[in-house]
Amino acid sequence: MIAELGHYVLTLALGVALIQATVPMLGAARGDQRWMAVAAPASLVQFGLLLFAFLALIHAYVTSDFSVLNVVQNSHSLKPLLYKVSGAWGNHEGSLLLWVTVMALFGALVSIFGDNLPPGLKARTLSVQALVTVGFLLFMLLTSNPFERIFPAPLEGRDLNPLLQDPGLAFHPPMLYIGYVGLSIVFSFACAALIEGKVDAAWARWVRPWTLLAWAFLTGGIALGSWWAYYELGWGGFWFWDPVENASFMPWLVATALLHSAIVVEKRDTLKSWTILLAIIGFSLSLIGTFLVRSGVLTSVHAFASDPERGVFILALLAVAIGGSFALYAWRAPLLTGGGLFRPISREGALVLNNLLLTTAAATVLLGTLYPLFLELATDDKISVGPPFFNATFVPIMAPLFVALGVGPLLPWKRADLAPALRLLWVAFVFTLVVTIVAGIAVWGQAAIALLGLALSAWLIGAVLTELYRKCRPTQSVTAGQALRRLTGLSRAACGMTAAHLGIAVVIAGATGASLLTQEKIEAVTIGQTVEVGGFDFTLTDVRDVPGPNYNAERGTFSVVPSGFAGAEPQILQSENRQYVSNGQVTTEAAIRSTLWYDLYAVLGDPAGQGRFTVRLYFKPLVPWLWIGSTLMVLGGFLSLSDRRLRVGAPKRSAAPAGGNAQPAE
Amino acid sequence: MSDTAVRRRSPAAQRKRMRLILVVCGVIFLGAATALTLTALQSNVNLFFGPTEVVEGKVPAGATFRIGGLVEIGSCRIRGDGVTREFVVTDGANRVTVTYEGILPSLFRDGQGVVALGQLADAAGEFRAEEVLAKHDETYMPAEAVEAMKRAGTWQEGGGEPVAAAGAPSGANPCKG
Repeated sequence: MIAELGHYVLTLALGVALIQATVPMLGAARGDQRWMAVAAPASLVQFGLLLFAFLALIHAYVTSDFSVLNVVQNSHSLKPLLYKVSGAWGNHEGSLLLWVTVMALFGALVSIFGDNLPPGLKARTLSVQALVTVGFLLFMLLTSNPFERIFPAPLEGRDLNPLLQDPGLAFHPPMLYIGYVGLSIVFSFACAALIEGKVDAAWARWVRPWTLLAWAFLTGGIALGSWWAYYELGWGGFWFWDPVENASFMPWLVATALLHSAIVVEKRDTLKSWTILLAIIGFSLSLIGTFLVRSGVLTSVHAFASDPERGVFILALLAVAIGGSFALYAWRAPLLTGGGLFRPISREGALVLNNLLLTTAAATVLLGTLYPLFLELATDDKISVGPPFFNATFVPIMAPLFVALGVGPLLPWKRADLAPALRLLWVAFVFTLVVTIVAGIAVWGQAAIALLGLALSAWLIGAVLTELYRKCRPTQSVTAGQALRRLTGLSRAACGMTAAHLGIAVVIAGATGASLLTQEKIEAVTIGQTVEVGGFDFTLTDVRDVPGPNYNAERGTFSVVPSGFAGAEPQILQSENRQYVSNGQVTTEAAIRSTLWYDLYAVLGDPAGQGRFTVRLYFKPLVPWLWIGSTLMVLGGFLSLSDRRLRVGAPKRSAAPAGGNAQPAE
Repeated sequence: MSDTAVRRRSPAAQRKRMRLILVVCGVIFLGAATALTLTALQSNVNLFFGPTEVVEGKVPAGATFRIGGLVEIGSCRIRGDGVTREFVVTDGANRVTVTYEGILPSLFRDGQGVVALGQLADAAGEFRAEEVLAKHDETYMPAEAVEAMKRAGTWQEGGGEPVAAAGAPSGANPCKG
């Protein structure tokens, strides 16, 4: 009964979305306040309906209602509660329901917190948002109904793919979706502004918090996914340049660019049409990502069970949404007049450079992702583009960005000289040099390019801290005490920027360690045998069977001591191979011991005969920095979001945007 | 000072100049990115071949490529070093022996689809894999495995589960020491 209600409510939501997509839009065109006022309550009702549908699906999962096809395919009565709930979005239909619910959530948030938005902009934004929702609701109702019943109902479900039964992955999709789909509201703001023909500093101030919110969640979602891949797939990799990873990474790159260009619109009233374009591209890339994941056109570890009919539908949706928004852009963007002027060497110039590099990087990732598809269509050759391609294109584009990132925040607006900024950075130079030399000695004989990564990271850390220091102590006349007071009095936006930029620096170091400095050994060992990796002695001490809730595990225990310290207190690492009862599928749980500086990583493989087990052992320096850095970035996003100036619905500032070297923009 | 020179220009001229600089920068970046991408695409793209094509010698010498097909039932074994796995990839018409140093993915099964990246090791046609991929989803057939069978003419549309997989999956890794 609840499942039918869920389905019924979805149809109702479609009706509400249709009203919300048309009436306020027409109202805004005719200047009719009452018609425009429909948008706010409609978006609340729509969110309420979709939330109900979503909860109905979760209810079906939690109660293991095996008369619902979706539950049968993705759940099992023995599954722990957390995974019963997360099973609801671990499949095509359910994740689509999550998608539209998040879209409606953002619409509802705008209608709640957007009290001081101009009524026309608000009505149009909510209208565009609803229009996109209509497309997805139609898609769901016509091709992917999550509430479809099955008769006769089986006694037991087929279980969720065991790889997805993991706490990291339980929260990865909702976080990623809030980010990914959150870009839709920015897209709607951009389309609404185009229809209005007006983009000003106020518009940028309204849009930036939403971008920031989406960006922070997207960052968190990507990091969670990467963390999951690191410990669950048992290869010790954190990023595979898989098409679906790229699908979330491209919107991230563009959202990052958008965050920065919106600052320029807000502070200097320029780069408007570019910012609008970024907002459109960001969500378009989210849509393309959805198409790639769900249509099955690309080979990927993530592929949902694919269906050509769905692919065609999404392709049509894609064509309408992207084609429509770009047509609107081509038609209306020329109306947007430029504002403030600036020289190439200036804060604006640095932010433009940031945008150029980030979008170029996104373009190369897009090309690498779609190239196999194009080639197959054109020549029937089946090829794959692997990590080497992305490393060869992405890294050379990002490296200059990181160098420039050190300098950019120190440049004043409008016009600047490089020399004084570089003089301020002498400490960062020295720090970089020292770190490079120390690292050079430490990793002698390993990948030379790792030094570049570590140097970049050191440079950024030095430069970001220098910038923070300059902000607190702009001249020598400021005493240490005053500087300290300034530090505690810094705006949250300023702290957010510092945290996010530091996060990037830390992630660079982590990525360098994980991909270039890892030491690995694969050996067949008997119980009691010791293998040395990266200065640690790993001893396999025990292999035994352990039962789990819905699986049986074979658990291998390793005891690890630093080489040459046989008497030291050993660290115990336990790796498991879990065989799931419902479908016999096996997953590997790697054993990981993290410290601030490195991870010890051990995987128990299969029996290799003569009482031996194949084991895979890693010493992975700096890997924890990946997660620390990502956390810093997310934290920075939320800090900045909590700044009064950016708070959603913050009153319009009375003063004109300050130029010169007043309060820096974050 | 050039600053004063700029100040004397009309705002329109300044805007034009700014736009020109932006466009030039954009073109430079785009050019550099294109050059990077093209070089990278020349050396870092892996072609795909099925077992039949490998046996017929269609693979360029020394190329790194992907091979796909089904794991022949009972073909997997572990060599004496305890680390190297050896199994046969088949498309129903031809077979290629694949070796891999390391732990096979947990979804690796007899009779199921598999994709491996690597090179031909010797004239005997043994494939040395750097990477072995088995799909996350156990009912899912890798597109490459299907492609290999299509190319060999052994693919039955709508068959879904390949004939080779008729035996119930044991769950345990099929490699014997």
